[in-house]
Amino acid sequence: MENYNLVIIGGGPAGLAAAAAAKEAGEDSILILERDNQLGGILNQCIHNGFGLHTFNEELTGPEYANRFIEKVKDLNIEYRLHTMVMDISEQKVVTAMNRNDGMFQIQAKAIILAMGCRERPRGALNIPGYRPAGIYSAGTAQRLVNIEGFMPGREVVILGSGDIGLIMARRMTLEGAKVKVVAELMPYSGGLKRNIVQCLDDFGIPLKLSHTVVDIEGKERVEGVTIAEVDNHGKPIPGTEEHYSCDTLLLSVGLIPENELSKDAGVEMNPITRGPKVNESLETNIDGVFACGNVLHVHDLVDFVSQEATTAGKNAVKYIHNQENKNAKVVPVEAKDGVRYTVPVTIRPECMDDLLTVRFRVGGVYKNHFISVYLNDERIQHRPRQIMAPGEMEQVILQKKQLLAKYDLQKITICLEEK
Amino acid sequence: METKHLTCIGCPMGCSITVEMEGSEILSVTGNTCKRGDIYARKEVTNPTRIVTSTVRVTGSDLTNMVSCKTEHDIPKDKIFDCVKALKGVTVKAPIKIGDVLVENVAGTGVNIIATKNA
Repeated sequence: MENYNLVIIGGGPAGLAAAAAAKEAGEDSILILERDNQLGGILNQCIHNGFGLHTFNEELTGPEYANRFIEKVKDLNIEYRLHTMVMDISEQKVVTAMNRNDGMFQIQAKAIILAMGCRERPRGALNIPGYRPAGIYSAGTAQRLVNIEGFMPGREVVILGSGDIGLIMARRMTLEGAKVKVVAELMPYSGGLKRNIVQCLDDFGIPLKLSHTVVDIEGKERVEGVTIAEVDNHGKPIPGTEEHYSCDTLLLSVGLIPENELSKDAGVEMNPITRGPKVNESLETNIDGVFACGNVLHVHDLVDFVSQEATTAGKNAVKYIHNQENKNAKVVPVEAKDGVRYTVPVTIRPECMDDLLTVRFRVGGVYKNHFISVYLNDERIQHRPRQIMAPGEMEQVILQKKQLLAKYDLQKITICLEEK
Repeated sequence: METKHLTCIGCPMGCSITVEMEGSEILSVTGNTCKRGDIYARKEVTNPTRIVTSTVRVTGSDLTNMVSCKTEHDIPKDKIFDCVKALKGVTVKAPIKIGDVLVENVAGTGVNIIATKNA
């Protein structure tokens, strides 16, 4: 069996940034395992611009952003294996993987960083009635077909779901000569970033129908049309509001799900809301020495935040490898309440945190003119007004180590929304 | 006086910006949280521009059939379709490096198309 101090599962933005941070923290024995034929992950097919403003202070496309980190990993001489699929991770941190050259092989790791990313929610999860003809794609599959393989999936398109990938593909398909007839969104608000509604839909006059869903798909061999209807407050179609659209393609952009089969099998505890691992301030899971970052932990809107989070995971994995973790530190739970759906992390050991700790979260609905508040036990220590918050845009609070340590009887940290 | 409401596309924050205008003269820009927003708003109400990203076919690369590319600078919004049309039928040969000029002066905009991926 091979031995590496740190094995990173996934060579996308999270895995690359984690690897670079670990190497820069002094760790030399690092291996990245990537199943695709190149590093960079999904960024390779995200050819649009808008990446990296926070990290590099310039606007890059996905492949350019990925390349910054790929170059860094190469310059730092970090080992990686492509075409390599991880089959299993054990609680003892044995990684079982396979590829065409080496067949099946095992690696004993001292620490593991989970950076497998996420995948798209498929049609099967939506219960849309109708046949199953050709022409129904997840938006990301269509993105791969157009941007990497060089095929157009169709000419007349309806998009269900207003997630960012769906919006980006509405523009991309339009530029490539397709007619995007409508984007239907079940919720009364868009799941995508505002800038994408402006520059992907408004720029091209593509209508966005909120509180609408697909109620029928027609066509036996190939999609011939879809029926869209308005839904009520409970998401139920309202009879009489049906509209028919003829089309040959239906794209689904209906959410992303962290890809955690490996984590679950290894015994990593999951947060049912994020569908990612429960982690502490060091982004460590319930299994000592197993860390998680990026979209496998919780789905992000911005890759810049993935890179930041992965850097934290990389540094902390190195601390763990060199036994610099404080095993007896007090663990304080973080409670998400009143509009805050979840937080990452879910527990904080004040003694182990950096001077400043970013806690990220999402809200459960659209909130106008609310405050984001942080309580230590019953004492409010932060109260920040926000004009507008929506589930599609991740929020954050920054906690200070000295403030948490000063509260010697700290039992609970609460993050909640409060009305003006 | 005319008031225009914009959503900034300068970064994913998507600030809501209000521009007050008198004819073609901009009186005030408010709501932006950085300088980028101010620049965007002033441009958007006078001469809206966009960076255009697309792909062109590449031969001889074992990574991909398509190499991604973008306009080196933003181009007028009404030139977007001309720009993408000009890329149809363009095929380049690997190796390609990020920043390589793939098409010069695309659609007469005076702006080059450059590669955004090594291939």
